[in-house]
Amino acid sequence: MLTREELHAALVERHGADIQHKLDNACVGIAGLGGLGSNIAVHLARLGVGKLVLVDFDVVDVTNLNRQHYTMRDLGIPKTVALQEQLEAINPYLYYEAYTERVIPANAVRLFEGCDLVCEAFDRADQKAMLIETLLNACPDMPIVSGSGMAGDGSPNDIMTRRRFANLYVCGDGESDVASGLGLMAPRVALCAAHQATTALRLILGKRNP
Amino acid sequence: MKVNGREQPRNGLETVLALLESLGHDPQRVAVEKNGQIVPRASFRQEALCEDDAIEIVCFVGGG
Repeated sequence: MLTREELHAALVERHGADIQHKLDNACVGIAGLGGLGSNIAVHLARLGVGKLVLVDFDVVDVTNLNRQHYTMRDLGIPKTVALQEQLEAINPYLYYEAYTERVIPANAVRLFEGCDLVCEAFDRADQKAMLIETLLNACPDMPIVSGSGMAGDGSPNDIMTRRRFANLYVCGDGESDVASGLGLMAPRVALCAAHQATTALRLILGKRNP
Repeated sequence: MKVNGREQPRNGLETVLALLESLGHDPQRVAVEKNGQIVPRASFRQEALCEDDAIEIVCFVGGG
């Protein structure tokens, strides 16, 4: 087991001291810990983002294993618990705040208001719209990085990050909808999650353009 | 008025909800900004449109 200092020195060596200092002091919220959220969280923990706020009401199910960052060992366990275990194995010295509850307009601000930015990683389109409306209304200065359009087997090159509104970044192809019968598959979902995590990184570093 | 950066005539559309319906958008699956301010879903029906409004509509699709 590495000490806090040894692991931090390794991150500084890879990322550079200035960048790591910004990452150390950042707090990112992740709303939904499914295919997008679990992969985003793993990326941000590897970056050494100082604090992650993880929220999901659900338990790991067999239908999640095709794309979400869980294993058979996690079946039946809350996603918050299963994911925090993995993140602690990657970097036990970060601060993880996990809430096993459903995000609704009445609790969204309480859960995420201390964050520098929030990654929206829900499954349902109406839930994505609800979170974005609620947070941008209550916390207009807090950027939101959303995922929309990563189902099916379309070209990976169609997954993009676009800035919409003043503080909303939308990652995905914008069109591929599970409601139209397209399945969700690991690489394309992970690609969208990587766009979201990269955009979160850039925002932490002060880069506002996608 | 401007919708997602493009000029379009208001054509008698009185509210944000009417605009969304005219474009075929499900009001539950969009986020709307009017002149840089988020319009809460509960206000779509009342939020009036004028000729010099700039409206931004972001549509979401499912999957995650």
